[in-house]
Amino acid sequence: MPTLTLLQAINDGLKTSMREDDSVLLFGEDVGKKGGVFLVSEGIQAEFGKERCFDSPLSEDGIIGTAIGMAMNGLRPIAEIQFQDFIFPAFDQIVSEAAKLRYRSGGQYTAPMVIRTPYGGGIRGGLYHSQSGEAYFCHTPGLKVVVPSTPHDAKGLLIASIQDPDPVLFLEPKALYRAVKGEVPEGSYTVDLTSLRVVREGEGVTVFCYGAMVPVCEAAAKEAEKNGIDCHIVDLRTLYPLDEEGVIEAAKRTGRVVVVHEAPRFCGYGGEISAMIAESAIEYMEAPIRRVTGFDTPFPNTLEHHYLPDKRRVLDAVEFVHNY
Amino acid sequence: MSTTEPLTVIEPDGGVNGYDPGLTEDELLHCYRSMLAVRLFDELCLKLQRSGRIGFSIPNEGIEATQVGAASALRKSDWIFPSYRDFGMALYHGVSPVEMMHNMFGNAADSAKGRQMPVHFSFVEPIRFYSISSPIGTHIPQAVGAAYAAKLRGEDTVMLASFGDGGTSSLGFHSGLNFAAVWKAPVVFLCQNNGYAISCTVEEQTASDGFAIKAQAYGMPGVVVDGNDLFAVRKVVSEAVERARTGGGPTLVEAKTFRMGGHSTSDDPRSYVPAELFESWRAKDPIPRFEKYLAGAGLLTSDTRANLEKEVRAEIQDAARQAEATAKPGLETIFSDVYATLPEHLRRQGQEAFDLAARKGDAAAGGGEFPL
Repeated sequence: MPTLTLLQAINDGLKTSMREDDSVLLFGEDVGKKGGVFLVSEGIQAEFGKERCFDSPLSEDGIIGTAIGMAMNGLRPIAEIQFQDFIFPAFDQIVSEAAKLRYRSGGQYTAPMVIRTPYGGGIRGGLYHSQSGEAYFCHTPGLKVVVPSTPHDAKGLLIASIQDPDPVLFLEPKALYRAVKGEVPEGSYTVDLTSLRVVREGEGVTVFCYGAMVPVCEAAAKEAEKNGIDCHIVDLRTLYPLDEEGVIEAAKRTGRVVVVHEAPRFCGYGGEISAMIAESAIEYMEAPIRRVTGFDTPFPNTLEHHYLPDKRRVLDAVEFVHNY
Repeated sequence: MSTTEPLTVIEPDGGVNGYDPGLTEDELLHCYRSMLAVRLFDELCLKLQRSGRIGFSIPNEGIEATQVGAASALRKSDWIFPSYRDFGMALYHGVSPVEMMHNMFGNAADSAKGRQMPVHFSFVEPIRFYSISSPIGTHIPQAVGAAYAAKLRGEDTVMLASFGDGGTSSLGFHSGLNFAAVWKAPVVFLCQNNGYAISCTVEEQTASDGFAIKAQAYGMPGVVVDGNDLFAVRKVVSEAVERARTGGGPTLVEAKTFRMGGHSTSDDPRSYVPAELFESWRAKDPIPRFEKYLAGAGLLTSDTRANLEKEVRAEIQDAARQAEATAKPGLETIFSDVYATLPEHLRRQGQEAFDLAARKGDAAAGGGEFPL
């Protein structure tokens, strides 16, 4: 089995899907000749031609709007938004159109499409190349939201997203593009779009995380282990719809919960996880739930490393709930 | 207002100066019947709304020739991406009044299962009449994407995207026209310049010399046509459709017409439209204008006209009766069609709603009034 980076695994997933289904195509800003600003789509135009992999005008609204039209008329478009920070002109098309189309037409029209976009910090990109906007989209019935954190999941979740009959927002943790490597099966396979991944089994503290926070939590768990704290880490990976039962089960397992994400805290994804546990498993809790998140500020540039949850901050929260 | 003179075919006296619409007598009468059906459908919906039997309606009076003329240029295999003031296109292509009335009443037989406001139709047969969205202009780039798909497969399908003067200010208008021109997509953009976007005038919408001129900057032909002239609209849209079908790319058509009613049944246009504008446009009413042509061609007499009106009115009244007598959608339809398969959390929420209804009874319907 080849060992690939997250970025290579996504490239492999794109090519695998495009080889097995002629209706799959990829477009967006700079994805064609250049292969994308991160080179995720490198070699795709060369293999599949300009009709199936091409550059679009610089308009996120246009990219998503036209992708919806392609999807309703028999194609399986993959629309790339260059940075998740640039997605907001297309918010209307995603939230009001793609996500609601099946519902509002009683199933007559649907939008089976994937919106791929790099998200999150870690590249010193400042306010507009670093954001984690998942909470905006997880608040949108009709949309699916997916975040891989390993090369294996990146390829399997991407292929599942492309095959899915509903629109999927596929958030790629850009900090991990070249930072993680792992074994990736050749050919086609899928990872269930409502499934958790247990990263590490433990009995002391349950840590929920996703995307680029997964390796951060793993590092914190190693550190905690030295102090005798045994962490159970869950990669949420399919944020919406979520395997809620899996979350409750993992929370009950230790009775001590930390939720970690890069996005700001207020109304963030961690709030939903906390509320879910409070509603369904509060009697199992031995300690208050702690959230380790980005600050409720715009994303800073020079001090990015302070804004992003790191091993220190996760460890601090793990120790707090463990010792409570 | 635009200084470009719109193309006109039908003279005030019904003469057409030798123009051949390329329609059989039956087809000509079908055009007429469709325009009449739009007006009578509107008339009944206004009564239904005023008597509290439906919540809302959108009047089309004055725009009928634009809708029917444009629709007549399309094949059944083409798609219509409509605004909410376009249902004459659906009627022309054979969607029945009862299917439309099901939507007006939001009942269980409505194709949208009562999830949308009235007038937000969605049909796939006998023509694709795309699900209507309230946010303005969002369907414009979608039509372009659907056109790209058709072109990629080598089909000769054409997409007609229709919107009002207000729609030209939307993000979707810009991205849609730009993408379509760059991709040479088989789309016809139909701007129904009906004078007002709710209460905002054309001058408040754009400083351009009309709307068709905007086509030039996108790199496509722009044409201005008399929107109250069935044949002129048919001619111009047919040419644009032909260009799109044969690989010539998109066209922007501006149909100059006038909205003789309010924006909707909740809107009184007398507070912002000068009375003399209504008077001057009343004289250009597209239906009597087409009647004069038909009478001149020996296809319509006052008797056949009266009979036709009676027949269409009865059909629409019957449609309303059927729709009103049809049950409302079941509670389970709140939860279906969010995704292709029901996710676990929605199954649970649905179950909670059913359990609560069993314990505490059904929720009481609210009496809210729509303001717009």
